[in-house]
Amino acid sequence: MTAVAENKPAYEGKALDLSGKSGSRAFKNTLATVLIGLAFVLAMIPLVWILFTVISKGYHLLLSADWWSQSQRGITVRREGGGAYHAIMGTLIMSLITAVIAVPIAVLGAVYLVEYGKGTRAARAVSFMIDILTGVPSIVAALFVYAVWITIFGFNRVGFAVSLSLVLLMLPVVLRSTEEMLKLVPDELREASYALGVPKWKTIMKVVVPTAFGGIVTGVMLGLARVMGETAPLLILVGYSKNINLNPFNGFMGALPTMINQDRTELALQPAADRVWAAALTLILLVLVLNVLARLIARFSSIKSK
Amino acid sequence: MSSPDGTAPPDRPDGTAAGQDQPRIEDLVHEEAGPIPKFGGLAEEHAEHEAEEAAEVMTESGPESKASAAGTSGAPPSGPGKELDLGPVGHLGDRLFSGLARGSGGLVILIVAFVGIFLLALAIPSLADDKSSFLFSRIWEPGGDQPRFGIAALFYTTVISSIIAMLIAVPIAIGVALFITYYSPKRLAQPVAYAVDLLAAVPSIIYGLWGILFFAPILGPVIDGLSSALGWIPLFEKPPGDNVGVVFTASVVLAIMILPVVTAISREIFQQTPIAHREGALALGATKWEMIRMAVLPYGRSGVVSASMLGLGRALGETVAVLIILSVPNGQDPWNSSIFAGGETFASKIANNAAEFDSPEKTGAYIAAGLVLFVVTFLVNSAARIIVDRSTPGNKRPRRNRRAGASTATEGAKS
Amino acid sequence: MAKRIEVSGLNVYYGDFKAVEDVSMTVEPRSVTAFIGPSGCGKSTFLRTLNRMHEVIPGARVEGKVLLDQQDLYASGIDPVAVRRVVGMVFQRPNPFPTMSIFDNVASGLKLNGVKDRKKLTEVVERSLHGANLWNEVKDRLDKPGAGLSGGQQQRLCIARAIAVEPEVILMDEPCSALDPISTLAIEDLIEKLKDQFTVVIVTHNMQQAARVSDQTAFFNLAATGKPGRLIEMAPTKQIFSNPTEKATEDYITGRFG
Repeated sequence: MTAVAENKPAYEGKALDLSGKSGSRAFKNTLATVLIGLAFVLAMIPLVWILFTVISKGYHLLLSADWWSQSQRGITVRREGGGAYHAIMGTLIMSLITAVIAVPIAVLGAVYLVEYGKGTRAARAVSFMIDILTGVPSIVAALFVYAVWITIFGFNRVGFAVSLSLVLLMLPVVLRSTEEMLKLVPDELREASYALGVPKWKTIMKVVVPTAFGGIVTGVMLGLARVMGETAPLLILVGYSKNINLNPFNGFMGALPTMINQDRTELALQPAADRVWAAALTLILLVLVLNVLARLIARFSSIKSK
Repeated sequence: MSSPDGTAPPDRPDGTAAGQDQPRIEDLVHEEAGPIPKFGGLAEEHAEHEAEEAAEVMTESGPESKASAAGTSGAPPSGPGKELDLGPVGHLGDRLFSGLARGSGGLVILIVAFVGIFLLALAIPSLADDKSSFLFSRIWEPGGDQPRFGIAALFYTTVISSIIAMLIAVPIAIGVALFITYYSPKRLAQPVAYAVDLLAAVPSIIYGLWGILFFAPILGPVIDGLSSALGWIPLFEKPPGDNVGVVFTASVVLAIMILPVVTAISREIFQQTPIAHREGALALGATKWEMIRMAVLPYGRSGVVSASMLGLGRALGETVAVLIILSVPNGQDPWNSSIFAGGETFASKIANNAAEFDSPEKTGAYIAAGLVLFVVTFLVNSAARIIVDRSTPGNKRPRRNRRAGASTATEGAKS
Repeated sequence: MAKRIEVSGLNVYYGDFKAVEDVSMTVEPRSVTAFIGPSGCGKSTFLRTLNRMHEVIPGARVEGKVLLDQQDLYASGIDPVAVRRVVGMVFQRPNPFPTMSIFDNVASGLKLNGVKDRKKLTEVVERSLHGANLWNEVKDRLDKPGAGLSGGQQQRLCIARAIAVEPEVILMDEPCSALDPISTLAIEDLIEKLKDQFTVVIVTHNMQQAARVSDQTAFFNLAATGKPGRLIEMAPTKQIFSNPTEKATEDYITGRFG
């Protein structure tokens, strides 16, 4: 690019001919520059606006210790007080279970695609299925789990069912990012390991995966961030509870998205509105922390220090 | 060039006699000077540990594999001077690990197959009972003795809202992608890219809230303006009532939501435009914009199209934001095709009525709707995929750090 | 701890393409054998068949025999992983494991094969680094990442890593092609030293290098593009460079082609 930038003034410096035509060309060029700049500004408006809204309306509740330690037990829409502990814990528990199930399958699946199945028909089939899974809307994932968990097995609506549906959403994200990362590991390293008489599985476990580790963790973080904000499965697969329930296999469970959903129809009431925005801010913060963490890990891992 | 002995012509049949332990070379090796002292015993160590490790793996894996472990693990020690042992060296780990990897691959296939099969299995009985045309009816009354439900209205609203979202998002996304790749100062590019990605990090329920409370009022005048100019087209005809909770508002919010996806993919493609193409254009005296039109956009076209399709797929399946924004039409109102009226999409319909999943018949109706959504998003995503596969020459995008592996492999093959 | 390699009637295929045809040779223990020849003549491919590394490339297969002290590397029941523990390899581009420290890089072959005894590892690492003429340069920073070393140091680190597992044979695939002249010299000195203990086979594009370091030289060539590569001539290095038997060898060495 620098070479390009240097070339241009030299060329324009001559400016001998076609002044009329290059005038219109220059105009088009300027117009395009303006439009492209405008597109950028346009894209930034909602981001700034949303963040401003959520932060300005939600921050003050986050400053109280109660917000992080209390539930909404016994608190009505008209009353102030209580916190989001139940919802934060619910969100974290369900996301964690999701990750525990999805990550091993995703990483091993990616290992299969890159290290074992490369180029085979079976690998293409798996890859195709992942593409399908990538496109599954969250509501369909939720319906599927509803169909299996509740309609067929007759279980109750619980947090674990939500996790199961979130697995469907997280799996393709983590698998694809892991696959990309594994592909970036130079074959030279695999060869170096093989040449030392190291079996393939150990080469993968001790050389390939560690080299790609930062990227894999980044993918996991981004996958987690994606499922944390999902609301549709919560609406269908678990009821919202104002009480603290840390058991994903029994009873309804609070979660930040459903906490927002719970009070969003009562926004005319100040206490309810405050809670909605505070919960929204908490959720954004959680997702943001994961995103930032993902980026940091990605950055540090590229240094490849020990 | 020091040791001319041990010179065997390549085809000498019995090169064995002369080789080993040649006295001359032996003389050259001083016990203490050769900084590589004699290695010994380590080979045995290998074998032992191999067995140990295999045993470790075995205990994790259950009894089934024990038998095979016993057979393969213990490679007898091979010291220098002894006959080399080149037999199998405990591939239990290999077998287990590749089994796990393959199993995970298979699991992915199973999961997708199950999703399809279970949804179908539960949808079919309800579809059989449906007293109206599932595909063409706009009525949705799945309960009762005479269930009547069809997806026509849902389909219409879902598709029209998503397409509008795509039409709004794509030009802006292209602009932003170009801004990041070719216009912004180098130092700004990365933060801007992060900022756009941040849009993707905002949970959709927050988009919904913000959209209905803060954004919809702003859009009111836009809707009035559009409908007064284009109101003669049914699509833009404005029904009585306020402008809140209409399809158009949902579309614009959806556009914001899919913007990061489309931007990210377009950006990546634009970045990969070969320098030769770009400099070629500039060398012809093109302005920056002409360079982009001549080199960057044609190169990235298929990528942008497929990015748009992926964005469309996202928009089709988006649930909560749409659920919050769209006002559900009153049962008595006639159905309105205008984008300035309310409506329901597949996803919002299903989410809105989760409480109604009390009987298998009703649930089946919603699952049938979900299935249609699944199929539609699948088709859109496949289209995106096919476009990418077909139009990119060689079917592979150049990748940054690829230098290493690919080149050694091909070099090895040649030289 | 050095072994003789005898190759007879070796053909190498990539899928249907025959890359190397009918190679027979004997590589003497405790000597340096250089493979020279124009690009694409199959010398690297052939080198890889000596420790079955070619099997990493899908579709590659071999006909013929490679005997390592009478043991056929391609006999049934022979495990390529075991072969590679005996026949080590150093590659064109230095490829230390980026996630590992200098110490761990050298110890990697042992560690990955299950050796945990810290004392033994320390011993081997020191010995191998001495063996690779690298000890003095890195002894104070063994816990630093191996990727932080210079290219030449990295390559010597890779050699240290290879000798740490005590192979019988060390194969080197153009080990200096990515290095500057001074680093190259360091590697050449090292090769001279390595042959006291190991059988060394080196592929090189650099004829001076072959002349400097090797005892035996094998010249590979191919009749035409698309034809398989063949071994044209193998003889003591002095003889190859002063008085080759084949016309093709002479042409190549005097720079008339290639």
